[in-house]
Amino acid sequence: MGYTPEMKELIKRVEATRPARMEKARRGENFPALSLEERAVVLEKFHPDYQKEGRRPIRTGPDKGLVLPEEIASMLESRSMLRPENVDLSNPDFETDVLIVGGGGAGTSAALLAADAGVRVIMTTKLRHGDANTMMAEGGIQAAVQESDSPYYHYMDTIGGGHFTNQSDLVAALAHDAPLSIAWLESLGMMFNKFPDGRLISRHFGGSSRKRMNSAGDMTGAEIMRVLRDEARNRGDQITILEFCPAVELILDEDGKCAGAILYNMETREFFIAKAKATIIATGGNGRLHIKGFACTNHYGATMDGVVMCYRAGVGSTCLFSTQYHPTGVAYPEQNVGLLITEKVRGLGAHVLNIDGEQFCFPLEPRDVESAELIKEALEVGKAVITPTGRYGLWLDSPMIDLLHGEGTVRRELPAKFIQFERHGIDISKEPMLVYPTLHYQNGGIAINADCETTIPGLYSAGECTGGLHGENRLMGNSLQDVITFGRRSGAAAARYVNGGVELKKLTLDHVVKYEKELVEAGVENPMVAPILLPDYSTDEVASRRLLEIQGKLEAE
Amino acid sequence: MSHHHDSKEPKQKKKVQVATGDRAILPEGATTIPVYIMGKRYEVPETLTIMKAMEYAGFKFLRGAGCRGGICGACPTVYRKPGDYKLHFGLACQTVVEPDMYLAQIPFYPANRAAYKIEDLEPNPEIIFSLYPELFRCVACNNCTKACPMGVDVLGYISALKQGDIARAAEISFDCIQCGMCASRCMGELPQYHIAQLARRMYGRAIMPRARHLAKRVEEIESGKYDEMLKSLQTMSHGELEKRYKEREREPDMAPNGTWLPANDPYL
Ligand SMILES: Cc1cc2nc3c(=O)[nH]c(=O)nc-3n(C[C@H](O)[C@H](O)[C@H](O)COP(=O)(O)OP(=O)(O)OC[C@H]3O[C@@H](n4cnc5c(N)ncnc54)[C@H](O)[C@@H]3O)c2cc1C
Ligand code: SF4
Ligand code: SF4
Ligand code: FES
Repeated sequence: MGYTPEMKELIKRVEATRPARMEKARRGENFPALSLEERAVVLEKFHPDYQKEGRRPIRTGPDKGLVLPEEIASMLESRSMLRPENVDLSNPDFETDVLIVGGGGAGTSAALLAADAGVRVIMTTKLRHGDANTMMAEGGIQAAVQESDSPYYHYMDTIGGGHFTNQSDLVAALAHDAPLSIAWLESLGMMFNKFPDGRLISRHFGGSSRKRMNSAGDMTGAEIMRVLRDEARNRGDQITILEFCPAVELILDEDGKCAGAILYNMETREFFIAKAKATIIATGGNGRLHIKGFACTNHYGATMDGVVMCYRAGVGSTCLFSTQYHPTGVAYPEQNVGLLITEKVRGLGAHVLNIDGEQFCFPLEPRDVESAELIKEALEVGKAVITPTGRYGLWLDSPMIDLLHGEGTVRRELPAKFIQFERHGIDISKEPMLVYPTLHYQNGGIAINADCETTIPGLYSAGECTGGLHGENRLMGNSLQDVITFGRRSGAAAARYVNGGVELKKLTLDHVVKYEKELVEAGVENPMVAPILLPDYSTDEVASRRLLEIQGKLEAE
Repeated sequence: MSHHHDSKEPKQKKKVQVATGDRAILPEGATTIPVYIMGKRYEVPETLTIMKAMEYAGFKFLRGAGCRGGICGACPTVYRKPGDYKLHFGLACQTVVEPDMYLAQIPFYPANRAAYKIEDLEPNPEIIFSLYPELFRCVACNNCTKACPMGVDVLGYISALKQGDIARAAEISFDCIQCGMCASRCMGELPQYHIAQLARRMYGRAIMPRARHLAKRVEEIESGKYDEMLKSLQTMSHGELEKRYKEREREPDMAPNGTWLPANDPYL
């Protein structure tokens, strides 16, 4: 299929300006980069993280007053799916030592370490085990494994990359454990990229001082997830896995310890009480909230459930206001929307252009600045292409790459991207790509310490749903390492806690009642019901015909 | 698009709609095509993937959607086209709708999986044969390879295993996303992807050489070599950290791993 005739017409404008731009590029001239002051202006005005509009102070809960994106604030100012007074907690449906909420890399690592320590585990997950952001990571996983590197440099790179806003105990734990995590994965049978003598192939990445990015093909996360999932399946005697059964509320005991969670079988719409001596929240990111309407790179279930449940129980957050946007997500073809296009395309010389084929920014600004410039061109200048499915797109002039570096460079340097577009009839060595910033990563989240403890005894958390490790900016490859390091730590810590002897008192949902009262007192009108579990992508037309749901909403109001 | 309205038409203020998130919005004049979802006809915009077309039609996935990016294996789909007896296979999140396609998702297909203790496993094909005796029920029909949405040579890795070549099977099967389509089509009722997973883990654990430099680093860490260093970093002032951050020496791009060492570096 490829580009539509209308889009092909527009591409002619790109081709028309190309010779002059090529000439400049060959002379080493580029569109001027912004000064620091100009950067601040465009970030302030157009980067979703810096913008005042679309953000507001949250009115309830432990972080009351904290300024958050509207989508996050209203999701935290939410009601429970349950009516606590109708829930009988006296007869639990499941009883276990450790309940793990989330079956991605963090949750599965936690399950394995808890099982190693001899406790019984239930791992509950929203979709299938492994349908998770972990599965999607391509690039790699950081660990200071080479002689040229050490935990010291891993610490330095991470905290500098995070603009020194990171939580230092977490960074130290990460730098310390990272090589241990890699050795663990190796012993579980993960196929790392290695030299014939067994040496790991480690590479540089944005913000590295030493080569520290380890990988498995271009599907590192999938390989990690497959191996962990397979191992968890081997431990069926200790680890029970409940799929399509998300947690929707935490349960506390009368002393305020965490005592498990309420699970919801999405297929039969039944609720179950899962009583546990310790609970680990590992629910991943929030890309599917589509903050400000942005497309995202995340899996279908990335809706921030864990943060919502913990917040309602009184656990605050770290850096939750901070989100990573990648400047060049795919805007067309529709089947690839939101997926990443690596920075390398711009590194190889491709210009970013508006609908008239004009350059409007230096193509290699820092990620946040570049994203803001693209958004500005679409929203303020109004010179974006609108795709057949109604999306904004700006051109990324990939054919320049072969012209600059010789025929065949695109194919050689960007094989996966080339194939991905070729499948849909677009030859990116001959035709430009349409791109727009995409939501990529939840930088902040649930506040924890280096043992993954929250402020509630018996409640632990690990992975993308937590905050602090990356500060306000995550480096590539540190989140997969986050997941293994802190997944393992949380599993071991929860098992230690359980093995130390835990006596649960009467179970309660009073924290939910209390929070909902706070909503009323704060004047929150029509709070949404959360966690939402899955996004809804039905069209307005379909939604308007869903009469039963509309009626239900009216009754609720 | 014309800006002249037929005078008989009620005047409506046109709202420009821009797609948000993953929800597609049909622009005026966009072409729709009929597709048959489990036999039932729906009109959906062309160019959408099967997944987004189904959502456009009003389906909300519970099963059958995971990563939405072609890597988790949650959305395998079988379809036929008019006048074509062939079965086609694809991932709903990656395959574009075609006019009059008849499609059904197969989000789950039962397959036998043998449990084992990885630490007890020698990289010995006999172990694979005893855990999965059905391996030898393969009749080389190649249905599995034809059904694989990832283009994996499934028969190739199964044959390699029958010949006892674990390494080859591990490498051929590396792109497998464990969607189960091969198993659904198998004459011999094999759980190909589970067998491949076992082969890959044997290969990664016991056939590929272990990283010796990694074992050494683990020893250093466990002996506490970096503990003081990391502790002092945690209490260091912002100013000092920033200074050291700027002073870091960057490993040369072209230096092969294991060859470059900075002189007198107290932090290694
Ligand atoms: C496209 C892409 C590329 C990436 N590339 C890299 C990379 O190269 N390197 C890197 O380091 N990082 C990368 N990342 C980031 C990294 O993959 C993730 O941050 C990390 O894997 C998150 O792991 P997790 O276990 O915390 O969450 P996930 O892996 O997302 O797992 C969370 C799990 O919890 C489940 N869940 C959610 N809510 C509930 C609930 N209420 N009840 C029960 N279960 C629930 C989810 O369904 C899911 O199974 C990438 C991310 C994406 C999306
Ligand atoms: S080998 Fe089988 S399970 Fe793996 S991707 Fe192909 S069809 Fe799916
Ligand atoms: S489908 Fe089954 S029997 Fe046929 S080639 Fe594949 S593994 Fe062998
Ligand atoms: S949804 Fe994961 S492969 Fe299609």
